Amino acid sequence: MRDQKGLIKVLAAPDISKASGAISSAAAIAVGLIFGFIIMLISDPQQAWAGFKMILTGGLSTPKDFGNVLYYATPIIMTGLSVAFAFRTSLFNIGASGQFIMGAYGAVLVGVKMTSLGQVQWFVALLTAMIFGAVWAILPGVLNAFFNVNVVISCIMLNYIGMYTVNMLVKATVFHQYTNRSLPVADTANIPKMGLDKIFPESNASGGIIVAIIAAIIIAIILNKTTFGYELKACGFNRDAAKYAGINEKKNIILAMIIAGALAGIGGGLLYLSGTGIYISVVDTLASQGFDGISVALLGMSNPIGALFAGIFIAYITVGGLQMQLVGFVSEIINIITAVIIYCAAFSLVIRNFIADRRTHKLNMKIENEPKSPPAGDSKGGGKV
Amino acid sequence: MDTIIEMRGITKEFPGIRANDKVTLQVKKGEIHALLGENGAGKSTLMSVLFGMYEPEEGEIFLRGQKARISGPKTANDLGIGMVHQHFKLVHNFTVLQNIILGDETTKFGFLKMEQACKKVVALSERYGLKVEPDALISDITVGMQQRVEILKMLYRENEILIFDEPTAVLTPQEITELMQIMRELIKEGKSILFITHKLEEIMAVADRCTVLRLGKCVGTVDVKDVTVEKLSEMMVGRKVDLVVHKDPKTPKNCVLQVEGLMMKTRGSTKEKLKDISFEVKAGEIVCIAGVDGNGQSELIYALTGLMVPDSGKILLKGEDITRRSIRYRNTHGISHIPEDRHKYGLVLDYTLAENLVLQQYFEPRFSTAGFLRKREINAYAKTLVEQFDIRTGAGISTKARSMSGGNQQKAIAGREIARNPELLLAVQPTRGLDVGAIEYMHRQIVRARDNDKAVLVVSFELSEVMNLADRILVMFDGQIVANVKPSEVTENELGLYMAGAKGGTRK
Repeated sequence: MRDQKGLIKVLAAPDISKASGAISSAAAIAVGLIFGFIIMLISDPQQAWAGFKMILTGGLSTPKDFGNVLYYATPIIMTGLSVAFAFRTSLFNIGASGQFIMGAYGAVLVGVKMTSLGQVQWFVALLTAMIFGAVWAILPGVLNAFFNVNVVISCIMLNYIGMYTVNMLVKATVFHQYTNRSLPVADTANIPKMGLDKIFPESNASGGIIVAIIAAIIIAIILNKTTFGYELKACGFNRDAAKYAGINEKKNIILAMIIAGALAGIGGGLLYLSGTGIYISVVDTLASQGFDGISVALLGMSNPIGALFAGIFIAYITVGGLQMQLVGFVSEIINIITAVIIYCAAFSLVIRNFIADRRTHKLNMKIENEPKSPPAGDSKGGGKV
Repeated sequence: MDTIIEMRGITKEFPGIRANDKVTLQVKKGEIHALLGENGAGKSTLMSVLFGMYEPEEGEIFLRGQKARISGPKTANDLGIGMVHQHFKLVHNFTVLQNIILGDETTKFGFLKMEQACKKVVALSERYGLKVEPDALISDITVGMQQRVEILKMLYRENEILIFDEPTAVLTPQEITELMQIMRELIKEGKSILFITHKLEEIMAVADRCTVLRLGKCVGTVDVKDVTVEKLSEMMVGRKVDLVVHKDPKTPKNCVLQVEGLMMKTRGSTKEKLKDISFEVKAGEIVCIAGVDGNGQSELIYALTGLMVPDSGKILLKGEDITRRSIRYRNTHGISHIPEDRHKYGLVLDYTLAENLVLQQYFEPRFSTAGFLRKREINAYAKTLVEQFDIRTGAGISTKARSMSGGNQQKAIAGREIARNPELLLAVQPTRGLDVGAIEYMHRQIVRARDNDKAVLVVSFELSEVMNLADRILVMFDGQIVANVKPSEVTENELGLYMAGAKGGTRK
């Protein structure tokens, strides 16, 4: 629980200028890549450089490859946005996985059944995905707002409940017996290519990435420009002060969860409507995209635009990792690299906040010309400043 | 008298700050030596150095003429230095005796032997007139008693040098008098006391000598009998300070706040925190609520501001019943609130100053259109407040509230609340933790609000503040208002008795 608090503190307070934030994320990425390279050197010194080059350039080697990068990035950008958005209200939405799969089911259900909708079927399917995801996030929001139940706990439970519910629903409604998975969706339910198939021929890229970009921009606007975003962030930073200011913090917590759930739900919809022959398999595994969202949010410093680039980056090295198998490396090395990057990103956030604190502190000292006893180890704590 | 502690040229730096700059402190054996300074002057740092919690970059410490290296509280203890921290370090579900021996247990074959320890504690308690009950649970005894347990802890360890870190902050006037008596007793027995404070009267009352720190530097050491309060405050602040609140007499006008028969329990408890509270506040008067912390003042303010809903009774604002209205409704209908805990309620520390200055107003048409914030208007408004209330920050209105100093945070809150032009201004401990200069400023703002025909309700635990500021004083004890008096009709001593519950009955 303590770790989680720390994480939230780190994520909920991206108290840094955008430039220095990008620099530290870049540094984290560099360290992660170097670490990965060292592992490759140890496992196969001859091929290490060739493999490493593939990680770095694989995603860009052909237009098709970059199209696939966008394809892989789309769902994790959405779950990343979901996690990042909830973080800003200091809620740790670890339930993106459950919301994601619920959204996926909603999309597939409409995609298979409502063929009469014609050209707008994909849009209705996506809306359904959004609603399913949002509904799945209401419960943790309500439990937290009214009964102070930690969202982490309720979300983890709902991940499993969501997974098994979807398994059951798929079997009951859109099941293909022999393959043990959902039925294929109608062609009109697939997200339109929106010209991306021309730019990135033969790739899996679709209009989904455009939806994700639009979602990131909308979330950025909500957070930074609107009174609603102001309220959400106030609740995230300091619930008591938000209450004191007359902000209905319960409403905001629930709304934040609903929006986070909607984003994850759209992510599920976008993946399963991408027209790449992907189906909901009836297996007892949680959707990994929900957890990738946590990495994306962290690397993107819970900034919506940051999440966009972080999602693309992680997809990029994933594609490179797949190609790396050509020279005999296992693609799991990419998981190691990602993990190191996330650690470094989290760690650099802590350090940067510390430095930023010190710097402003010093600046204040100069302005006011009154030294203060330092916060660390000061037995007096917050009461006396 | 011999010198028992000598700290020579102590310099302690933190990144960007020199908290102690070549500070020299000499304490003689058997004296009460006060350490005076504003918040942030470096008192706590210096004591932490003495107590072994920080290692200084420069300087030496001599104890009883011997050079000493104090590497931690344990060493300090072994060298006979004990400290009563401002926030007591007691285990609440342990008894007094258990707390005293904690860390220094008398054992036999690994089993506790309490009888001997108990005898020693009782003997010490009697010798110094501490009247402590060894078998009482800490959670059942008063704050004043808890402090005595802390003192006993030091005596039990036979400490020679006793450091008191702002010991009077949590006490009633009577308890303060008793504490001073105890301190004098301790001196008689040959102990030496270092007394950290920023309250001048207490130094005048009890200390022999006083060392003044300002901005991390030692301003000087004086014999208390040779100086006046004015001189001390000038040394502390570096300029002449007006210690008296100036205000002209003023006749209160129409009634703004009327409270009738307010009853409230805390959540999940059957104990009445507010018992039949009734009073009123008129426009153009400052009503101060005096009382020891925890007698229902916070709950009363929660009920008035809407943070908690009372069980029964009525709150009328200009005749309108607002008992069950939302916080937002109250905020927008004439109530301003300078909260007790500025970090918990007053500010969103990770928001910029500008964002904090519109905390209750961001949604008003002036600052938003169709759900979008009008940043330009917000910034312009923030700039006028910064000018008007002299809020000083590192990076102007885009400074994060977290990195502002306590005094300026308080100025920002006060400015925001006063600028909203309320009918009723609620201020809870508005000067808590502020230094003399900032206190002067806050008091002037409050008096100005009153002069502008606002109704002002102040909750304060500082008697001198209450006496200085109030047009009328209400004393709260155990959830009731036990006195309703004018400052001219009452002495501090009488107020103290009301506060302790020794004198009851509502006077109108």
